[in-house]
Amino acid sequence: MPVMSYIQAVTTALREEMQRDEKVFILGEDVGKKGGVFKATEGLYDQFGEYRVLDTPLAESAIAGVGIGAAMYGMRPVAEMQFADFIMPAVNQIISEAARIRYRSNNDWNCPIVIRAPYGGGVHGALYHSQSVEALFANQPGLKIVMPSTPYDVKGLLKAAIRDNDPVLFFEHKRAYRLLKGEVPEEDYVLPIGKADVKREGSDITIITYGLCVHFALQAAEKLAEVGIEAHILDLRTVYPLDKEAIIEAAKKTGKVLLVTEDNKEGSIIGEVAAIIAENCLFDLDAPVMRLAGPDIPSMPYAPTMEKFFMMNPDKIEKAMRELAEF
Amino acid sequence: MATEKITMPQLGESVTEGTISSWLVKAGDHVNKYDPIAEVMTDKVNAEVPSSFTGLIKEIVVPEGETVAVGELICYVETEAGGANETSTSATEKLESQGASQVQVKSSDQSMKKRYSPAVLRLAQENNIDLEQVTGTGRGGRITRKDIEKVMASGDIPTSNVQVATPVVTEDIQPKASKTVPHAPQPTTQVGDIEIPVTGVRKIIAQNMVRSKTEIPHAWMMVEVDVTDLVNYRNKLKNEFKKNEGYNLTYFAFFVKAVAQALKKFPQLNSTWAGDKIIQRKDINLSIAVAKDQELFVPVIKHADEKSIKGIAREINELALKARTNKLTADDMQGGTFTVNNTGSFGSVQSMGVINHPQAAILQVESIVKKPVIINNMFAARDIVNLCLSLDHRILDGLVCGKFLADVKETLENMNENTVQVY
Repeated sequence: MPVMSYIQAVTTALREEMQRDEKVFILGEDVGKKGGVFKATEGLYDQFGEYRVLDTPLAESAIAGVGIGAAMYGMRPVAEMQFADFIMPAVNQIISEAARIRYRSNNDWNCPIVIRAPYGGGVHGALYHSQSVEALFANQPGLKIVMPSTPYDVKGLLKAAIRDNDPVLFFEHKRAYRLLKGEVPEEDYVLPIGKADVKREGSDITIITYGLCVHFALQAAEKLAEVGIEAHILDLRTVYPLDKEAIIEAAKKTGKVLLVTEDNKEGSIIGEVAAIIAENCLFDLDAPVMRLAGPDIPSMPYAPTMEKFFMMNPDKIEKAMRELAEF
Repeated sequence: MATEKITMPQLGESVTEGTISSWLVKAGDHVNKYDPIAEVMTDKVNAEVPSSFTGLIKEIVVPEGETVAVGELICYVETEAGGANETSTSATEKLESQGASQVQVKSSDQSMKKRYSPAVLRLAQENNIDLEQVTGTGRGGRITRKDIEKVMASGDIPTSNVQVATPVVTEDIQPKASKTVPHAPQPTTQVGDIEIPVTGVRKIIAQNMVRSKTEIPHAWMMVEVDVTDLVNYRNKLKNEFKKNEGYNLTYFAFFVKAVAQALKKFPQLNSTWAGDKIIQRKDINLSIAVAKDQELFVPVIKHADEKSIKGIAREINELALKARTNKLTADDMQGGTFTVNNTGSFGSVQSMGVINHPQAAILQVESIVKKPVIINNMFAARDIVNLCLSLDHRILDGLVCGKFLADVKETLENMNENTVQVY
């Protein structure tokens, strides 16, 4: 089984889907000739030509709007936001149009668009290149938000997103692009959207997280295993709608739950996870549900020391895990 | 740095366990070898446990009020030998020592012991686990869900102990009321009230009294004794005695002597209830009650029947002195077969003693009071004392006790210059 990086898994999934279905096409800023600023679409312009890999103007509302229109007419667009931070001009299109159209048209219309966007910090990107934006979209029924943590999940979930008949936001952690490598099967496979995945079995504490933080949590868990603390790690994979069953099961398993996100704490995805646990797991809880998140400040700072202060890392997670284990 | 253990010392030959009545040190304190570190109580003796090492108290394992067997670990002391290579500890060692210090915090701090999480409460209820008996490994001694799961997996589930009702006590008119007492709602305190924790000897006294009064059906008798001759005799002797011997010749010594003699004739009162049998004791060892501040001790005059009045007086003096200076040993307290209580020293003229479990009776010697009495149809001013006897009605009846008291009375009334030898 070939080992590839997180971003190679993105490219592979896109290529295979474009080969499989002619209706699949890519649009975004510099996705064509340049192959994307992160090189996620590298080689696709040459392979599939200018009509299937479209370089667009610097207008995110147009990228989303054009994609939504094409999708409603039966195409399978994969729109790229160069950075998730730039998605704001497209929010009206995404929420008011893409998310609502099936409901608004009583099932006459649907919108099978995928909007890919690199999110997250730790790359010295400062304000416009480090944000986590998933919480902005996470109370819009009609949308799905997928945030994979491994190259294997990237390929399977991006294919599932492209084949999904409704809009999917596909957020890729930009620091994970070349940091994370893993085995990815050559054959075609899809992973179910809306299903969380147990990334590590343990009986002492439960960590529920997603994206790059899964990787950090796994690192922390290995260190704690040396002192006899076994962590159970659930990777949400789809942060909206949440896999309630898996969350409840994981929380009940140990009764001690740590929720981790790189996003600002208040109103983040994990707040909803905490609510699900509170509603369903009272008599299995052995400790208060613990949240570890970025501080409630407007954005990731640029100064390396301050970025480190904001950014999630294995040490912060390990400290919180230890605290919870000892409770 | 070496960690040494300090265990519960043997504080008397037949002593198998001791209760930590108070710790004189806390974790982190420096102690020298032989410094007292804790007060330990066995039966009714208080003793100090000396440190066997010089170093820092690392961890106190047995909390105050807990009873442990002789030889069991009570605390750790970190001795100072080899502290020099501490600087070269590697990161992992540091991590380990960090872990160790956290363990220490866990076991000494019990503040979270009774904070139960929903999961713990549910599991305890579903499986009828008595949480009081579960040791918590969480922060502040908290019982974690894992602790409960381990208890369940072990199969040794501590259930809440059902109180075994002792056979109903005849004197106890309202057994129901007495049973509900331990479960009565906690009295509330108001502003200005002082709460005094029940610990140490007070706690032991309380336990013993409850045991005596719930197990033993008490009955009660009293006789009036004319001790005019004894008073005269003793008054004549006392100054010279004090000068010669250095301690007081008390009335109490005469009473103890008279009781010891009477017990020889009535061994029924020198016995113990043992369920399916009554054990009559051969030795006559008289417990005497000695009060000290908030505490009450009951040391024993052994073989009182074989001792002279002087010998008894000396022993009373010695035991009282030991009690006041906290020097009573377990041996001083052991083997009592009957108790003589000098309630007269508090000015009491009549009292109902609580039997010193597992003895069969207790005699209260009240104040000697000058009273007008009729002798040969004439009034006379006489020194009169009441002797009050509480008896275990399972073992003893009015007849034998009446005879016993009559015997003591006769002996005392005939104590005078001609009949009694002090030496």
